[in-house]
Amino acid sequence: MILVLVEKDLDGAAVEVSLEALTFARSLSEAGGGIPIDAVVVGDVSPDLRESLAAYGVRDVHTLGGEAFAAFAGSAWASGIETVLASTSSVVLMAAGTPRGGEVLAHVAARADVAMAANVLGFDGLAPFVVTRQVVGGQAVEAMQLSTRPTLFTVAGHAVEATPAAAQGAATVVAHEPEVAAADLVARVVSTDEPEPDLSGSLKSARVVVGAGRGAGGENGFDDLLELADLLHAPLGVSRVVTSLGWRPHHEQVGQTGSRISPDLYIPCGISGAIQHWAGCSSAKAILAINTDPDAPMVTKATHAVIGDLHEVVPAINAEIKRRRAG
Amino acid sequence: MAEVPSTADVVVIGAGIVGNSLVHHLTRLGWKNVVQIDKGALPNPGGSTGHASNFIFTVDHSREITDLTLDSMKQYKEMGVFTESGGFEIARTEERMEELRRRMSSAKAWGIEASLVSPEFVKEKVPFIETDQFIGAFWTPGVGVVDSLRAGTIMREQALATGELTVVPTVEVTGLDTEEAPNGNRRITRVRTTGGDIEAGTVVIAAGVWSPKLGDMAGISIPLTPAVHQMISVGPCPQLAEREGEISFPIIRDMDTFCYERQHGADMEVGSYAHRAILHEPEDIPSIEQAKLSPTEMPFTSDDFDPQLEQAYELMPDLLGAEGAEMRYAINGLLSLTCDGNPILGESEVAGLWTASAVWIKEGPGVGRAVAEWMTHGHSEIDLHHSDIARFHDHQKRREHTRLRTTESFIKTYGIVHPAEQYASDRDQRLSPMHDSQQKLGAVFFETAGWERPFWYESNAGLLEEYGDAVMPREHEWDSRWWSPIINAEHLRMREAAAVIDLSAFCIFDIEGPEALEVVQTTCVAQCDVAVGKVIYTPVLDAKGGFRSDLTVMRLGEHHFRVVTGGAHGMADRAWFSGHLPEAGTTTLTDLTDDVSTVGIWGPRARDILASLTSDDVSDEGFGFLSCREITVSTGSGGGTTVLASRISYVGELGWELYVPMGSAAELWEALLDAGRPHGAVPAGIGVYGTTGRIEKGYRAYGAELDAERTIIEAGMQRPKVKAADFVGKEAYLAQREAEPQAVLCTLTVDDHTSASGTKRYMLGGEPILTPAGELLTDGHGHHPYVTSAGSAPSLGKHVLLAYLPPEQAVIGQQLAVSYMEELYPVTVGSVDATPLLDPTNERIR
Amino acid sequence: MADPVNVLVCVKRVPDATSEIVLTDDGQGVDGRLAGFTMSNHEQCAVELAVRIAAATGGEATVLTLGDADAVEQLRAALAVGCTAATHVQADSQQFGPADVAREIAAVVRDHEAAGRSHDLVLLGNDAADTGDFQVGIRLAYALGRPVVNGVGQVVVEDDGVTASGAGPDGFETYRLPLPAVVTVLEGGVEPRYPTVPGRMKAKKVPIEERSPAQEPAGAARVRWSLPPAAPSDVQVLGKGADAAPAVVDLFEQLGVLAR
Repeated sequence: MILVLVEKDLDGAAVEVSLEALTFARSLSEAGGGIPIDAVVVGDVSPDLRESLAAYGVRDVHTLGGEAFAAFAGSAWASGIETVLASTSSVVLMAAGTPRGGEVLAHVAARADVAMAANVLGFDGLAPFVVTRQVVGGQAVEAMQLSTRPTLFTVAGHAVEATPAAAQGAATVVAHEPEVAAADLVARVVSTDEPEPDLSGSLKSARVVVGAGRGAGGENGFDDLLELADLLHAPLGVSRVVTSLGWRPHHEQVGQTGSRISPDLYIPCGISGAIQHWAGCSSAKAILAINTDPDAPMVTKATHAVIGDLHEVVPAINAEIKRRRAG
Repeated sequence: MAEVPSTADVVVIGAGIVGNSLVHHLTRLGWKNVVQIDKGALPNPGGSTGHASNFIFTVDHSREITDLTLDSMKQYKEMGVFTESGGFEIARTEERMEELRRRMSSAKAWGIEASLVSPEFVKEKVPFIETDQFIGAFWTPGVGVVDSLRAGTIMREQALATGELTVVPTVEVTGLDTEEAPNGNRRITRVRTTGGDIEAGTVVIAAGVWSPKLGDMAGISIPLTPAVHQMISVGPCPQLAEREGEISFPIIRDMDTFCYERQHGADMEVGSYAHRAILHEPEDIPSIEQAKLSPTEMPFTSDDFDPQLEQAYELMPDLLGAEGAEMRYAINGLLSLTCDGNPILGESEVAGLWTASAVWIKEGPGVGRAVAEWMTHGHSEIDLHHSDIARFHDHQKRREHTRLRTTESFIKTYGIVHPAEQYASDRDQRLSPMHDSQQKLGAVFFETAGWERPFWYESNAGLLEEYGDAVMPREHEWDSRWWSPIINAEHLRMREAAAVIDLSAFCIFDIEGPEALEVVQTTCVAQCDVAVGKVIYTPVLDAKGGFRSDLTVMRLGEHHFRVVTGGAHGMADRAWFSGHLPEAGTTTLTDLTDDVSTVGIWGPRARDILASLTSDDVSDEGFGFLSCREITVSTGSGGGTTVLASRISYVGELGWELYVPMGSAAELWEALLDAGRPHGAVPAGIGVYGTTGRIEKGYRAYGAELDAERTIIEAGMQRPKVKAADFVGKEAYLAQREAEPQAVLCTLTVDDHTSASGTKRYMLGGEPILTPAGELLTDGHGHHPYVTSAGSAPSLGKHVLLAYLPPEQAVIGQQLAVSYMEELYPVTVGSVDATPLLDPTNERIR
Repeated sequence: MADPVNVLVCVKRVPDATSEIVLTDDGQGVDGRLAGFTMSNHEQCAVELAVRIAAATGGEATVLTLGDADAVEQLRAALAVGCTAATHVQADSQQFGPADVAREIAAVVRDHEAAGRSHDLVLLGNDAADTGDFQVGIRLAYALGRPVVNGVGQVVVEDDGVTASGAGPDGFETYRLPLPAVVTVLEGGVEPRYPTVPGRMKAKKVPIEERSPAQEPAGAARVRWSLPPAAPSDVQVLGKGADAAPAVVDLFEQLGVLAR
């Protein structure tokens, strides 16, 4: 039997990646001649959740209840899953490749002294069982042989598309309230809050950063850029040459010798994208480059680009923002 | 994917400082349809220009490099990308102070403002330096930093503005196609790229560290190696941050620790040339995508840098240890090194395929201009012969050679390098047949063009006692390093009896075919249409009338000439003659260098000695000066060896050069030594042949007195008549004959060698000639006189200097001074033309 | 003031993978010669935390690695930013699976403890930047019989206990547990410092404890590595010059960065 740890979101629904793990489990089940798939859920199972687990072909839904599971403790969850594993004599235990999924499976693996494969993408054969998985942050793929039982692995996010099963499962709820040893509750979440703001500087924590390079043209070339920054509540980040030339202070520098930023959106204006600079901004989620040179590295590496002089483009953007806000 | 034009008049491969400068100067000089490509993106395609430290120190011991640097600086200034900061080269030891004094000689010779200053003077300008770490410094106020990327963009844009340049970044060269002419010479036809093919008759490889890879595509060798220069950036330093701008403190070169400290905004960049040489192969440089920073910014290896870091910290503890100053950027930056430290410029053996590689930021724009001039006119204003790609011999084209030599020379970047210093690595590449015998004679070998040449023989040490003080011993270690008084003893014995000299390093090639006469007439200034059996000494000029070479030509037949030239410059001469062969292939050039050895015998007893070994007529009547013919010499094996004898002399004595097949050379050598012994003859080294013998006779040497910036007139080598036949440089030469010279090559003697400390000092070359009061002299070109050659003239008992003087100073008996290690020594002009100080009427040669 | 807390921070020499990677010919790893070697961002943060905790409590921050001779470079890097002792388990890290590594770390901790040097807190990165196994820290905790917190950004020691916190699925989660303990660190909670010149010089002089693996590794069960097909550059040009402004502001709205 295949047991899949299903994680819930704040609304009590199964997270997408857990559904992907169930989809993956089904392909494994089919290859193995129709091994049944059970789910294990910590806490309550709402009717909606049960329905969706049924849609994904789940036979039994094992729940772990009781005070021991009221707040997260990796070892406690592992202890509970051990109970389920024992009661169902499962040969495979899977989870989504989330931080929590990986953590819990690692606990199970350590306790049982078996191997565990993280971020699996697929499998090549059952005997021996060879999985392919992400390594080097997804830049490479490893073929790995998993020979211990139970077989433990997490499924990399979006490795498969979550697809309901052709035939519904029964999704029979089987409630467990196992004893958890005190030692397994030592490392336990004691409080959960809204995330605290990052205090390590406005550049480093900003959601949006407006960047300025040599294209600003001079000490007095920053007015439009500062206005855009103001409109977006974004700090200004500049390239090394700008601080070297004394146009802006050093603490605004982004790059190898300045700050490393990771905003949702970075808007480098008139920055060609010297490697020095790229090292400081490469982890931005989106980059809108404004540059006269369509071949500039910053443009080719960006997600979005406008080709043109920043002194024309930026005032037009500022005007457009003000127009929409006024309207 | 970018696409390239299908045709171009010229393709420039590379958009670093060199490629950008080239496209600017080529379009300025009228080139049309210029295409520039680079595999990287603009403005920084990822080569060495992108991570350069961008500072320029102007004083180098090499005139060629200094001229290129000064021209580059001028161009950077015109573009508005130069910031003057001043620069100090500091000395931690007395030995280094002496080197800085020598550096002052170069500064004066090249006319660059510089002075020696105290640690306190340095501290005043660089307040965060620790004065107890050094004893003095060389201050060059004109030193500064440039923005080489900006300069590249400006030059590219200037070229684009002419409408004749197309720039295509992000295309990679995949092949260079050539075709072969009937005479075997190849020509470039096409550049293949990932963006399509470009038909082009002229292509320049300006691809820095990748140049060897591109050269391989056309089957030519561009022998440079990518080498690591380590650099870290420490900051922000409050002492620097409080001043605006990129640089406001002078740059420090800490010569004895092989480090520099250069402000960059709020950061201090510390660079090092001291670590072990870290070399890479061009094929092992990461691609743009694989590189973490850029392909030429390789991962930093901190272990190599740690010792330098410690020394830099001792020098600037308050700055480098400042609160908040962190090491945020550290690279192993790749730059290009060559076996002799010079760039690789000029047209390769594939016609139309040029290179401008192994060039540093300080030389970039100057190289661009000079190579563009060379491509346009066939010559450049600045003499580039030390950088000519044609200079390399086969053994130097091996990657192994470049690797070994650069490994050895890396530390010389900031080292104290004696002008005669020899390399230790990759020696014994070319051994003359007499090598074993010479080793037994205790020869001390110096290398020329890979040949091991005896400089003197320890077996002659016994002569020292015989000649006593006439051997002009030198007291000071520096003056006598790579030198021996035995040279002077050998010299005196030659003048007294005779000397046998191994000249196997000569580069020898035959020109044969119906157009042979035309080829030599076109290339040589002297009349070559002479009787068979005549020997011609001739200058070889470029089109502007500057020296390309000087060499001898023998007419061996109606359609057969043999050219004999020095080993060092031989490959460039061969390329020059080769380039003047008719395309049809009817006349050929055959290199005999590895087949024919040369042994010289000169001195008053030379005729007696040779006569004892041959029954051929070697009398003056039977074998006149400047004639050549085959004679039979009896050698050890009992039989006779046929040798081509040529009566000529570079040492001012009666005698012959004997050309003999390599296989018979050792026997001939032994026979001459054996036959010479009863006459008092000894083996003599190149110290006699190259310096003492020639300098007494005022004979000029290519590379010292003669180069492309000098004329026959200024060198005092003009003959009464100019031949009727046309030759390269004739028009310019005729014009030079009509004009007054701007400088005159003179022979000077040193009147007093005694330094302030009482030690007698002997100049080695490169020193400035000043007025007796130490004031600068300036010739008609605006240049300042310096010593082109220096050496003992033992037969005169004088130390002799050659120098080009302003015409008004070129007066026999004129009193002047030479500055050596920052002291003045009186000198007197002895000759103002080619008239020798010894034996002015050349009686001894007869 | 509470007792000094001695921290052991575990780092791994890994090929820098911020650029396009190249695999070794044997397909067993990344060829690091082109881009160089480093330790992961998680581990850099772990080192930073170790240094801060040691400084705050007057304890010692020891750095440990298992790797070949070149891995000393990473030990020196950690020493340069404030660690004061280093241990090097000389081994080919490719031959060691996550369970093997955990066993080796545990052996070091026990040996040091036996020699009177306790490591009250062991910090590790959340996962290795190359092999990405996500389990060494947890296996180590079981081997040592210690509690473990996984994947947190901030770790402080107060009242003889550890407070560790980081982003979880339900919000910002905080753990509090007694020492001795194991914590694995996720990057982002602290900004790792760069070395200073005096720091680097100090690092050079710290003697490194060299040791051999305690036992033969079971291995990583790796068959081989391969590269997935490359993703193409996908810059979307929104337009040229001032005319592009509406498209730009559309993008701002779409990304939700325009809200006042």
